[in-house]
Amino acid sequence: MTARGRSTRLASARATDVIRVQHVVKTFGKVTAVNDVSFDVRAGEIFAFLGPNGAGKTTTIKMLTTLLHPTSGALELDGLDPTKHQTEVRRRFGVVFQDPSLDSDLTAWENMDIHGVLYHVPRQIRRERSQALLAMFELWDRRGDLVKTFSGGMKRRLEIARGLLHTPKVLFLDEPTLGLDPQSRNQMWTLVRNLNKVEGVTVFLTTHYMDEADRVADRIAVIDHGRIVATGSSAELKQQTGTDSLEGAFLKLTGTTIRDESATAADQMRQVSRVWRR
Amino acid sequence: MNVVYVLWLREVKKYLRSRVQIVASLGSPLMYLGVLGFGLGPVFQRAGEGKYLQFMAPGVIGMTVLFTAMFSGIAMLWDRQFGFLKETLVAPVPRLLIMIGRTLGGATVAVLQGTLIFVVTLIAGFRPASLLAVPLAFLVIALIAVIFSALATAIGSSIKEMQGFQMVMNFLVMPLFFLSGAIYPLEGLPRVLAAFTRVDPLTYGVDGVRGLLIGRTHFGVALDVAVLLGVGVVFVVFGAWRFSKIEA
Repeated sequence: MTARGRSTRLASARATDVIRVQHVVKTFGKVTAVNDVSFDVRAGEIFAFLGPNGAGKTTTIKMLTTLLHPTSGALELDGLDPTKHQTEVRRRFGVVFQDPSLDSDLTAWENMDIHGVLYHVPRQIRRERSQALLAMFELWDRRGDLVKTFSGGMKRRLEIARGLLHTPKVLFLDEPTLGLDPQSRNQMWTLVRNLNKVEGVTVFLTTHYMDEADRVADRIAVIDHGRIVATGSSAELKQQTGTDSLEGAFLKLTGTTIRDESATAADQMRQVSRVWRR
Repeated sequence: MNVVYVLWLREVKKYLRSRVQIVASLGSPLMYLGVLGFGLGPVFQRAGEGKYLQFMAPGVIGMTVLFTAMFSGIAMLWDRQFGFLKETLVAPVPRLLIMIGRTLGGATVAVLQGTLIFVVTLIAGFRPASLLAVPLAFLVIALIAVIFSALATAIGSSIKEMQGFQMVMNFLVMPLFFLSGAIYPLEGLPRVLAAFTRVDPLTYGVDGVRGLLIGRTHFGVALDVAVLLGVGVVFVVFGAWRFSKIEA
């Protein structure tokens, strides 16, 4: 076990913590995206990072998914350090990014298959599990269709199905219902709660939607300007702030709701992609 | 199934499924072939250099391979933010294998396009000096494809914005093509221009293909192949290094 040192967290770390983040800081030049963030995620729970755009949610996910190194602080996923044991850690999680990472010129089945090969899933298991997951996510009938013919909700479902192919311990979902219509959002929430129950996979999701955090997550960490402002279940947060809605609690904790931020190159490309999207 | 194979296969599948794009991308080389070929043909002939179509065909093939390979670099940039590349970066697979799969796939697609253009030149009247030379010429074409696919990977790994890539296309790819002797002979060039052509890897590629297919070569096929192999190794290593440095 890693030595914890001085900690100001209320809960003590459990042996069943699947994710442990301690005093992590991430700076990009002069910008501090993540400013001394600490939290734990327990095995089997649905944990949400709730905060506005630019709060540091995606940066935190990128650090946990080995895509970025923290400037300082310690991270642990299933007991391993993502910066030191990249390959081992990668086997243990699945991730659905904010921007699609499917290959739209390939079929749903081919996307699943490539994922299986990249994650060294043996052929027989690969085939059986792909079949089971595509059926569970109601995509079996479209398995031979090119992904570019899929709706936004279907693509999202396929990405989640794909992320589960190698039976990970944790599933990261970065803004899972961003850009989806209300029905698809509802479907997604039911799906996420279900697979948490059925597969037993721990879910770490980021969102700026209050209703999403409220309905889906077991525990929520409110993050703003790179800092965690409060952690707890939806009920606990409402109680702490003396409000009756998560929105009210959020307002009390952070002082503001939506704020402007400068467009990044990614935002510009996102705009271009929206023009060319079906 | 091997990781490299699956990523290679992916590039080939995507190419074979993009029928509209295949036809569209034949347009540019066809224009060069047609317009320059028939337009400058008489002048070339009068200068005692023979049939321009014969001279130009290897150049147009080289051009196609260059452009196709470099375009795969653009695809990588898009992939990086919006597509499949992120999936590969987060997978428990060494980056080198991913880079090799992609680069070989991109090179294969470039060779396939080059083959298509070769058939078009045959239809237009191009006649290789000997049939035996054709497979050898294709080996040289494959070398060109690998070189520029690796270069495209290096560039795609280093640039973050689409605008950057437009700059590359205009300030790197077009000069690479125009300074390669693809459309004019390398003999008797002004000294400065001659120097530039010698620095361009495509020059040796086109010269080698030309040497094998019509027996006309400026540097000698052996030197051409040696240079291509050397540059190939350097570019592949460079590309692998740049790819390993991608921070998503």
